Amino acid sequence: MAGNKVKVHRSAMAKREERWAWLFIAPPFIGFMLFMAYPIVFALIASTSKWTGINSLWGNIVGLQNYAKIFADAKFWKSMATTIIYMIGIPIGMILGMLIAMGLKRGIPGKRLLTTMYYVPVVSSLVAVSILWAWVFNYDYGLLNGIYKFLTGAHGPNWLGDEHMVKISLIIFMVWKGLGGTVILYLAGLQNIPRDYYEAAMIDGANGFDKFMNITLPLLSPVTFYVLITSLIGGFQVFVEVQVMTPSGGPNYSSATVVYYLYEKAFTNGQLGYGSAVAVILAIIIFIITAINFWGQDRWVKTID
Amino acid sequence: MATLALPRRKSKDYQDDHVTTPKERVFNVIIFIILFLFAITMVFPLIYMVATSFMTKNQILSGSLTIIPDPILIGKYSQVLQKGQFISGILNTIKVEIPVLLIGGFTSSLAAFAFAKMDFRGKNALFLALLATIMIPFAVVMIPQYVLFTKLHWTNSLAPLIIPGCFGNVSMIFFLRQNLYSIPSDLMDAAKIDGCNYFGIYWKIFLPLMKGALGTQLMLWFMFIWNDYLAPTIFLRSEKQWTLQVVIRSFNSYYAIQSDYALIMAASVIAMLPTLLLFFMFQRMIIQSIAISGIK
Repeated sequence: MAGNKVKVHRSAMAKREERWAWLFIAPPFIGFMLFMAYPIVFALIASTSKWTGINSLWGNIVGLQNYAKIFADAKFWKSMATTIIYMIGIPIGMILGMLIAMGLKRGIPGKRLLTTMYYVPVVSSLVAVSILWAWVFNYDYGLLNGIYKFLTGAHGPNWLGDEHMVKISLIIFMVWKGLGGTVILYLAGLQNIPRDYYEAAMIDGANGFDKFMNITLPLLSPVTFYVLITSLIGGFQVFVEVQVMTPSGGPNYSSATVVYYLYEKAFTNGQLGYGSAVAVILAIIIFIITAINFWGQDRWVKTID
Repeated sequence: MATLALPRRKSKDYQDDHVTTPKERVFNVIIFIILFLFAITMVFPLIYMVATSFMTKNQILSGSLTIIPDPILIGKYSQVLQKGQFISGILNTIKVEIPVLLIGGFTSSLAAFAFAKMDFRGKNALFLALLATIMIPFAVVMIPQYVLFTKLHWTNSLAPLIIPGCFGNVSMIFFLRQNLYSIPSDLMDAAKIDGCNYFGIYWKIFLPLMKGALGTQLMLWFMFIWNDYLAPTIFLRSEKQWTLQVVIRSFNSYYAIQSDYALIMAASVIAMLPTLLLFFMFQRMIIQSIAISGIK
């Protein structure tokens, strides 16, 4: 009731302001409707059709058949498993990132230069550095096998040509590419921890390990959580580095990810309906992770107050 | 909101742990050495990339570990820059950058201004709704977007990369809104009393005030567009429209067969140069902006 009254008495000036404001914020919303909302609805419908882009979408509705086929396809599960295996890189990057940030925080010389060096891969073009690493991983002439031969005298592993090795190689690449971002986030998190916390702990006779476990780690939990969630969401979308380094999806499809699978079905084979179904599955997975994010934030994340 | 407890410049040294005992000093030296060696390892592949681009084919394919080019060959760079496809890749990327940054920067800052400084019903709900759209992954919408752009006959031009960007960028709106909160709203009230219209207030008062933040955000967006590969590779049908990243990726497939790695590396180095230069020049702002995203 009170709300109604307020609305009735909105002044002409307030109304004018509101109209202008709605006009000012309209572009991003129109953009969202055209290029996000409409495509998502469209993808949901297309995912139930045996549609190729050439035949009719509505004439080839097959219900949930695409989904059934996806779940029965060994290649889909293989790409899903590989996508998850790549995520081993996430905790590795987080631990390394936290250690490096803690080292940098100690007031050592050249802090800025070191931060820059860690961050350079992050701002580098993903395609360019993928091309570079394909060369670094090259079996015959690559840098890594050059070093390997120099040190041991024997020929190094087939980094991108072996079914198991290729996964390790891509994990190395992903940690390398993303580490700088994690370092900067942890560094910012560390700067936010008040110094007196450590001083108080020192008076209480806490050692370095105690301080880390009881102050640093809990107070870094917002950063840890943020890095984890964004890395998980990003992890489900890995594609470019796989396509550039192993254009055919690796030996025996061993490096292909879910998005690689989606891309191959939709754009190489022209199965747009089937590909849409894969996209819907991907969207559901990412939605679940986001939901866990909102639900879990209050439980696991500690803040200064 | 705007103070965000970022690492403030003045207190930076204060915030760093101070070394007191000699034992700790030794410890710090050890840590420095470890961190330095690790940082060298991180940038080493990039150094190797530049080195390879100056090497002769014989040296590259010698099979033994060499890092310093001998003799130094600069011919690959001029060879790359003489390739029509490479130049057209750069031009196409620029043709995407300019309209998107100009128009998208305008629409984003205007929306940020409305969200930060104007009163209207549904403000917070609309802002949260907009923010939630960041979560939608490109991989999910790329098939229907491709279909849409094909139906609109956009795929023979750069339109699929330009037009969506002109409607604004949500993360940019988010950052600019944060920035605007640190500017007092008294200015807004004063301008209203003076009879300034809302667009005038944005254009004459707040746009100049958010120049710095807008610049940083435009730079990040520039880098994103420059490095984008997936969207161009899906939406651009004809080779004539290919952007730089698509071109260097096709160089990689084409010249790897001929083992012309020096040429591939030279092309990749040139493709990386603009974003790296921008990063080195505006490092502090870029890093701060990334750090804010984590602290929120």
